[in-house]
Parts: sequence; structure tokens; C-alpha cells
Amino acid sequence: MTSAGTPRAFKRDGRVVVVGASLAGLRAAEALRAEGFTGSLTMIGDELGEPYDRPPLSKQVLTGWVRAGGTTLPRRRGLDAEWLLGVPAGGLDLATKHVRLADGRCVPFDRVLIATGVRARPWSVESEAALDGVFVVRTREHAESLRRALAAGPSRVLIIGAGFTGCEIASACRERGLPVTVAELAAAPLTGALGAVIGDVAADLQRTHGVDLRCGVEVTRLEGDARGRFRRAHFGDGGTVDADVAVVALGSIRNTEWLRGSGLAAGVWGVACDTGCRALDVSGRATEDVFAAGDVARCPHPLYEDRLISLEHWANAVEQAEVAAHNMVSAEADRRPCLSIPVFWSIQFGVNIKSVGVPTFADEVVVTQGSVDDHRFVAAYGCRGRVTAAVSFDSAKWLHHYRRLIETAAPFPPRCPMPDQPADARPVPVGLPGPGLLAQGATAVVTGRTRVSAASGPCTGTGGRRAG
Amino acid sequence: MRVVVDLSRCEGYAQCAFLAPEAFRMHGEEALMYDPGPDDTQRGPVLRAAAACPVQAILVDRLEERDAPVEASAP
Repeated sequence: MTSAGTPRAFKRDGRVVVVGASLAGLRAAEALRAEGFTGSLTMIGDELGEPYDRPPLSKQVLTGWVRAGGTTLPRRRGLDAEWLLGVPAGGLDLATKHVRLADGRCVPFDRVLIATGVRARPWSVESEAALDGVFVVRTREHAESLRRALAAGPSRVLIIGAGFTGCEIASACRERGLPVTVAELAAAPLTGALGAVIGDVAADLQRTHGVDLRCGVEVTRLEGDARGRFRRAHFGDGGTVDADVAVVALGSIRNTEWLRGSGLAAGVWGVACDTGCRALDVSGRATEDVFAAGDVARCPHPLYEDRLISLEHWANAVEQAEVAAHNMVSAEADRRPCLSIPVFWSIQFGVNIKSVGVPTFADEVVVTQGSVDDHRFVAAYGCRGRVTAAVSFDSAKWLHHYRRLIETAAPFPPRCPMPDQPADARPVPVGLPGPGLLAQGATAVVTGRTRVSAASGPCTGTGGRRAG
Repeated sequence: MRVVVDLSRCEGYAQCAFLAPEAFRMHGEEALMYDPGPDDTQRGPVLRAAAACPVQAILVDRLEERDAPVEASAP
């Protein structure tokens, strides 16, 4: 059959292709069926096997509790889908409405969902990245290889990059009792995502747990022995660290190369979309039949000046998948926007770190509850006088309140009294690094806008556009 | 069986860790670690934990045994 025709006809026997068979792709496929879509459904994925959950890979898999192959996602319903797995998509032809696979096969569609996510950023020098003992963690195969290397009892583990993944891996290594060095270019861990104030808390957390934390240093070279085994890392300041294992945790690369030449507004920051997850073309117009969801999508959010925001968040993949699926099978008037407030979590060194909002969209931060010395607190983030985000360490139950402050654009610093409020709560500059570092550490990145608005200049703290 | 916890919802009430300690463990005071693929012998406790979760963050597979393994396969 040809295109959609009416929404009802499309729902009955349209053809949907979902490119990307991980969390966003799976949840979108389930949501399509739940919405009553009875047409043909094709799932394309570059990895073999069923969709699986990634967050455990840097935590309970590395500590050895859970098998790397044991994180397959639960299903809420049968999908009645055709699965084309083990081959990545190689191209998208919007004129003939085909997805081209890397092996040359073509898959026709009426509507397509782009959910190709991200991959781990590899070490930049290929010969050094290929050394035995150098790892990244993104897939279950990666996690299984690293788990095995850790179980062998290396003399020391070097972790390059102290974003969330790097910190979680460092935590897992310490749980195993392994000596760990963490090397970070910024002044503290998590700075690219949460700013310098919380970064200092994260640094304290690492050192309290016995991590040899080196900040403000660049790893310049990975050295191997005659048998091609990683042995030593060289730093920009002339220092070295001897280790058997190096984990490269320098953030991710969005899987958009296959969309080159497709006519979509896709690039290193992801696939630009409207708020309803419809992909934009290079002219900035929303396409009718192409949608995007998950880590690869960048969508405008009205609470953040309609800037395009890329979120590598589990909950965002789920939300966008459901909105995209709904909009794929709905008439124009029934479509809905994705307006939920971003939520993120990380578990490291026995602490539950959570955030609501977009901490990189801020110029000031204030500790509003608890005590940073105890590693148990909430900090509110503000941009030009309104609350834009909050981060909690072991205080998740308070975040509902902050979510309301964000949704209502409440004044910053928040004026209402909170339980357990520190006596000397004063806002301080948020201390986000420039765009170069942001790209490596942040999981929520403000990446600019589709139209330039004369009404408001950029907020000083939003790294994505700052300093051009 | 398969389990996933929406940790963006989880607030660390630890009910699951009391009801199904083989599958759910607290890591520190608030952080939850869990086994996404617990043994089928754990089904009872895991379902009780999912039902007791105050924020309903625990999702257990709803496919019948006859539907699994699902359609996924290599080309």
C-alpha cells in the first residue's frame, strides 16, 4: 500500500519502521500496538538479540552480581513485529520512503521512527584504543569484556573521564576493592553535567571512597607493552599512571551518520524535532512521516526558551517513545507535545544522585536542603531569576516539590522555607564549563534553537551556545 | 523472568528490598540495585515487591511463557 491516507487507514494497515531496537524503539513499538496500530511493524537494530537495559551495565554487571546478558527488557505485550537485527541502517530515502540497511537491503515505510541512540566515544588514537586492556562501556559485550578484566584482579584501573558513566564505573571498581585512578579534564567530576559546586561534592565522594582522583589533567597517550597490552597512561602535565585496565568514558556520539544527505536536520547534536517528536528537515519544517525519540532526538522545550535539548536520559527515551508513537497514529488535532520535565539518576559510591529539570540551563545554584558535607542535600538551579533544575544526593523524595517550582517558573532562589534548610544558603555561580567539555560530560545538553528569537538573549550559563 | 525498575520514579522506600531481597538490594541508604533477570523461583516475591512499591516503579514482564522467547532473531 502507499501512504497513510486517513489516520484510520494508516492505523489499520500502514507500514511503520522503527530504526533502533533499544529502550526507545521497544517502548515506541509497544505503544504503537497499545494505540491500536495493526499494520506492519519492522524493528531494525545493529545489535543482535532482544532489546536490553543499559543502566545496569556500568553498575551491578561490573560488580559481578548480574550477568551482562541478563538485562533484557521486560515486555508489556507481544509486538507482532519483524525484527531485522545485527545490521545497522545505512541510509534514509525520504523521496521513495525507504530505509537502506548497511548490507544493501531496502525496507519501505509509510512512517519511520528514528531511535538509533548514541554509541560510546572511542579513544581518539586508534592504535592505542586497540590495546588489550582498553575499554569503553555502552553495549552488553563491552560490559562483559570489562567485567572479565576486572574479575582478573588488575593492579590498577584507570578511568578516563569523570562524567556519570566514569564515576559509576569507578564506584563499581572500588566495590571490588580495586585500586582506581580517575583522570578528568575539568576541575571536578560531573562538572559538565552539574557544575562546579556539585562537582566538588562528587570529588569529595570519590576521595572518601579511596579513588585516586586527578582533575584538570588530560590523558595524552596510552602506552602498551611489546605484546600489545595496555600498561601506562601519560598525562599532559608530564605525569604517568601504571595500570592494566583503562576505561575510556568520554561521553557518547549520536548515531546520525546514516542520515547524512537525507534532507533531515540531523548532525552531531542529534536529530532536530518539534515538540511532538516530528523530525525537522534542513529548512526547519516538521516532516509528516519521520519521527525521532530517545538519546538521538533533540527537541525544543517551552520551559527552556524552546531551545533544542538533547537528553541521554532513560525516562526521556520512554516519554518520547510514547509521544512519538501516539503522534504517529494520530490525526493532526489529536497529536500531543512531549512536555515532561527531564529526570535523571545515577548511583555511585552508595549515593542516589537524581536531578529534575536541566541543570546545564542555569547561571546560579543554591543548596536548599541538607548538607553537602554529609553528601545528603538538595540544590536548586536558577537561570535569570527562575528555578530551572534541582539535584538531590540521597534526598529524592523532595524532588516533586522542585519539579513544581520548575513547571511554574518559580522565582530563584526559591523563597518558601524548606525542611532541613541550611542557615547560610546563598546562591553562587553554577560553574559550568565551556561547550567543549560539556560535550563530554553532560547528559542534558542545550544545543541551540531552530529560530532566533529577538526577545531573549542566551542565558549566561547554558553551555551549548555560550562562547560560540 | 525479566524486571526493570524506573529509577527516575524510585524514591528509595526499600519495600522491594524487604519483600524480595534476592532481587532488590539497597546500595547505601537510598539507592536501589536490582537483578533485571531474577530466577523464576523468585517470581512470587518479585511480584509482591512490584505490587508493594509505593511509587509503582517496578515493571515485570507481562508476556505469558508461551509467548517467550519473543520474535527477536538474527536475519
